[in-house]
Amino acid sequence: MTNHYIDLKNSDCILIMGSNAAEHHPIAFKWILRAKERGAKIIHVDPRYTRTSARCDYHVPLRSGTDIAFLGGMIHYILTENKFFKEYVVNYTNASFIVDSGFHFKDGLFSGYDAKKRKYNKETWVFEKEGSGIPKRDMTLSHPRTVFQLMKRHYSRYTPDKVSGITGVSKENLLKVYAEYGATGAPDKAGTECYALGWTHHTTGSQIIRTMSMIQLLLGNMGIAGGGVNALRGEPNVQGSTDHCILYGNLPGYLKMPTASLDTLEKYLHKCTPETKDPQSANYYQHYPKFFVSLLKSFWGEKATPENGFGYHWLPKMDDGVAYSLMHLFDKMYEGKIKGLFAVGTDPAVSAPNTAKVRKALEKLDWLVGENIFDNETHSFWKGPGVDTKSVKTEVFLLPASASMEKEGSQSNSGRWVQWKYKAAEADGDAIPVGEITIRIMAEIQKLYAKEGGPNAEAIVNLKWDYTDRQGRYDALKVAKQINGYFLKDTVIEDKGTKTEFKKGQLVPTFGMLHADGATSSGNWIMSGSFGANGENKMAKRGKEDPTGLGLYPNWSFCWPVNRRIIYNRASCDMNGKPYNPKRKLLEWTGDKWVGDVPDGPWPPQADKAKGKYPFIMKADGLGALFGPGMAEGPFPEHYEPLEGPLAKNPLSGQLINPAIELFKSDLDKVANADARFPYVCTTYSCTEHWCSGALTRWQLWLLEMQPELYVEIGEKLAKEKGIQNGERIKVSSIRGEVPCVAMVTKRFQPFTIEGKTVHQVGLPFNYGWLFPKDGGDSTNFLTPTVGDANTFCPEYKAFMVNVTKL
Amino acid sequence: MKGIELVKLIDTSLCTACRGCQVACKQWNEVPAFRTKNNGSYQNPPDLQWNTWTLIRFQEYEDAGGKFTWLFRKDGCMHCTDAACVRVCPSGALYHTPFGTVGLRKEKCIGCKECVSACPFNIPRYDKATDKIYKCDLCQGRLQDNLSPACVKSCPTGALTIGAREAMIKKAHARAKALGGDANVYGDKFVDGTHVIYVLKEKPEVYDALPVNPHVPLSVMAWKDLLKPLSLVAAGGVLAASFLHYIIHGPKTPDDADNQTKEGGA
Repeated sequence: MTNHYIDLKNSDCILIMGSNAAEHHPIAFKWILRAKERGAKIIHVDPRYTRTSARCDYHVPLRSGTDIAFLGGMIHYILTENKFFKEYVVNYTNASFIVDSGFHFKDGLFSGYDAKKRKYNKETWVFEKEGSGIPKRDMTLSHPRTVFQLMKRHYSRYTPDKVSGITGVSKENLLKVYAEYGATGAPDKAGTECYALGWTHHTTGSQIIRTMSMIQLLLGNMGIAGGGVNALRGEPNVQGSTDHCILYGNLPGYLKMPTASLDTLEKYLHKCTPETKDPQSANYYQHYPKFFVSLLKSFWGEKATPENGFGYHWLPKMDDGVAYSLMHLFDKMYEGKIKGLFAVGTDPAVSAPNTAKVRKALEKLDWLVGENIFDNETHSFWKGPGVDTKSVKTEVFLLPASASMEKEGSQSNSGRWVQWKYKAAEADGDAIPVGEITIRIMAEIQKLYAKEGGPNAEAIVNLKWDYTDRQGRYDALKVAKQINGYFLKDTVIEDKGTKTEFKKGQLVPTFGMLHADGATSSGNWIMSGSFGANGENKMAKRGKEDPTGLGLYPNWSFCWPVNRRIIYNRASCDMNGKPYNPKRKLLEWTGDKWVGDVPDGPWPPQADKAKGKYPFIMKADGLGALFGPGMAEGPFPEHYEPLEGPLAKNPLSGQLINPAIELFKSDLDKVANADARFPYVCTTYSCTEHWCSGALTRWQLWLLEMQPELYVEIGEKLAKEKGIQNGERIKVSSIRGEVPCVAMVTKRFQPFTIEGKTVHQVGLPFNYGWLFPKDGGDSTNFLTPTVGDANTFCPEYKAFMVNVTKL
Repeated sequence: MKGIELVKLIDTSLCTACRGCQVACKQWNEVPAFRTKNNGSYQNPPDLQWNTWTLIRFQEYEDAGGKFTWLFRKDGCMHCTDAACVRVCPSGALYHTPFGTVGLRKEKCIGCKECVSACPFNIPRYDKATDKIYKCDLCQGRLQDNLSPACVKSCPTGALTIGAREAMIKKAHARAKALGGDANVYGDKFVDGTHVIYVLKEKPEVYDALPVNPHVPLSVMAWKDLLKPLSLVAAGGVLAASFLHYIIHGPKTPDDADNQTKEGGA
């Protein structure tokens, strides 16, 4: 989240799209209801009418996988109806930048596309620069190659008629939402967006979110109370796990995992450290080397020296141009190229796409180690349905792990609040925290490498893992302190003329004090400041003061970065630092300092040409990116159909699917687009009563009583056509597999009119597996394809094609 | 909350049907789950049962103008002031508490099921195995310890609140007024007022299993005012109750709840 849960109450218009917030964030949903009580409009755009829709002002159904078309139409509306916040757009975004003359967009493709590699050469996705190296700008936004004009031209194709034909949303509904949300472009209005897996689970997921970010920049909704683009994450600690690099391309704190061609520290740092010639851009990532070297110091301590590049060559490198996502992992496993797997707190035999392929792949492992509270379909794959147990050679170990309430540690919520919690109960039996399991295993591995050597042995032998207490047990506080970081030598920090001395061994109180010369360590720079230099654990703070009255609660827990509750908050003020909305004053420049939330840097507002800085300090140019060349499939989001959809042709261009996605080619990766055998759009989701794969909640009989078995929600009209009765057992099938389930015939799925034809959509939860309960149905992911987003490889669970038949 | 007459308010306009209340009720009161089937609805168990004292009812509703809404209503004991169940209970198992709620002393229940027949809201449920009836007692033990009922405690949105009767009734009317349209307060006007009241978004007749004009059955009035005093003198409550049941409803039949398979526990 750019903002945080409580801040939702400050909004004037909440667009819930790509989320079923009431069902999956039931506690957080109260803040949305608070906004509604205040008179905010709550809009739910979703293929299905859900428990969220029931509490919104209105529900607008759209066909799964067409969000960019819907939002592109909103950009078109905002620009043609002059709803954008012009002062904000001119001063705080790159709308005025002039794009390279070689850049173009034709029939669904941007300049530089290589069809063979399914990748773009991005050399024309750049700005023209002045002699000084600063991007050329036209503050009137009229130059035909300004970002603004290119964007306007790009989305001029997204007319209400065109968008309606693609999405199945009536023109009336489109314009209703566009007008309602577009009205938040007024300086004293705030609009926010809540999304979740409904946006990320698409081959175009990242670009859907980017389209919304563009809308928020156009309307001046970024950096303000009640605004932002807000990913709703939940109990699985998605926020904490991404902060701590669960994604294969990341190191802790969103630093980049190196590739093989970056074979020296210098080359790596040069590649990763952005530069700007504009003195008004803070370009905060210029400090990248400080964060990275401190990370290496946290890994290897004194063994990481300037002479050995702080151990950079010990760090594993990815092959250039190769991805290592969950889907790649199972693809390689299915090819027989992976020998062992640790499945820690996960049940991919239910949760990963294309279950048939995943379960076959598991059979090719030599060994599998599970760490979990319960057994699940992954650990027990060898005795699953259809498996010839005798022929499976995989040796499986299941290590009992303690549950989250049975251990001390930190948990991060979507608002980036990192909250310390204590152990509430002892774990049963032999169960221990996964941190303890990891430490014990690693200690043995270190011994083996010390004795026997092996590839990259130094990386393992030299690890500085002093995370145990006096009894030799895993100590969560020690890990948290290493994550925060230490001064490794006596250091004097100078700030505005005052000198502060820190002793070797003191905790680093903020990432602004990290060093690139090995004088500090930090296991995750964004968490630096979660402790005070005096050892105070700020994550455990529980102050209830609310000085701004906006619900920031600055003394409750630690919020990264530097306890800033709303990021990009300097954009809530005009060029002179006066709040655009005096009724919701998030921040104000008082002439010598900012008052309110922790500002995005101490510098004066940007009207001060000498010392002032632009508000988007993490961008090299300092401004919000309406033109975003970092994306795999283009600097402007474009609608492409899902890998499997009902249409043979993209109504907007000759490019049917996302041109930059990777296509998996195994014999089990079958695709059936616009295929009469699978005529219905299908989507998958969770339900309030179960959690993720259900591997934890299916054992809880009170929860199981409420949602006992797999069901498919199917509209009344389709059910009538197929002669299906409510409550009847039926079968849902895709080209990859089939699942028997109960038909839930409902008014909550209505057919869409897509390009003049009726298209039905159905949906199933993904919470069930064969292990328990025995009669609850198996994984919905037998239906889903192995394909993912071009930037993140998040699988496309939300849009594919199926048939439904009576048993 | 000690010593004051309480009202629990169910504001259907804030309910998201998360069913935290349904689970919290079972957890606090330590009642087991049944192994259910999906019958084509989120509503599960399909009805109140001896082990389900509160239930979210899900209802897909299209009004005359074709406007669709999904209605959620938390069903359970209404805790009437003029409680038919208390009137008919021959053993004193059902009784009025100082909070104005209807308590249940299970050890006194003789399984006569008079309350099952008498309740205008169809709430008490009979369990054959223990030969007793069961229903919500608004977590009386918690109320006595100055804690809110488990359902209220678990409610994330504020759809469930509890407080002093007059204040809650006032709050309910203010809320219905603010919502406008067909929103109305249900529960303050009949059976001398219930201690659970609703703010309904739609008219009462729209909702499944919700009586529009609930009242204490005439037979119960006759029983309470005429027969019960006599019977207690003459033949003892049990016999009279059975006799009366036979007269009014005919012989005892197996309860529906027993058709469910019982498996495991919680």
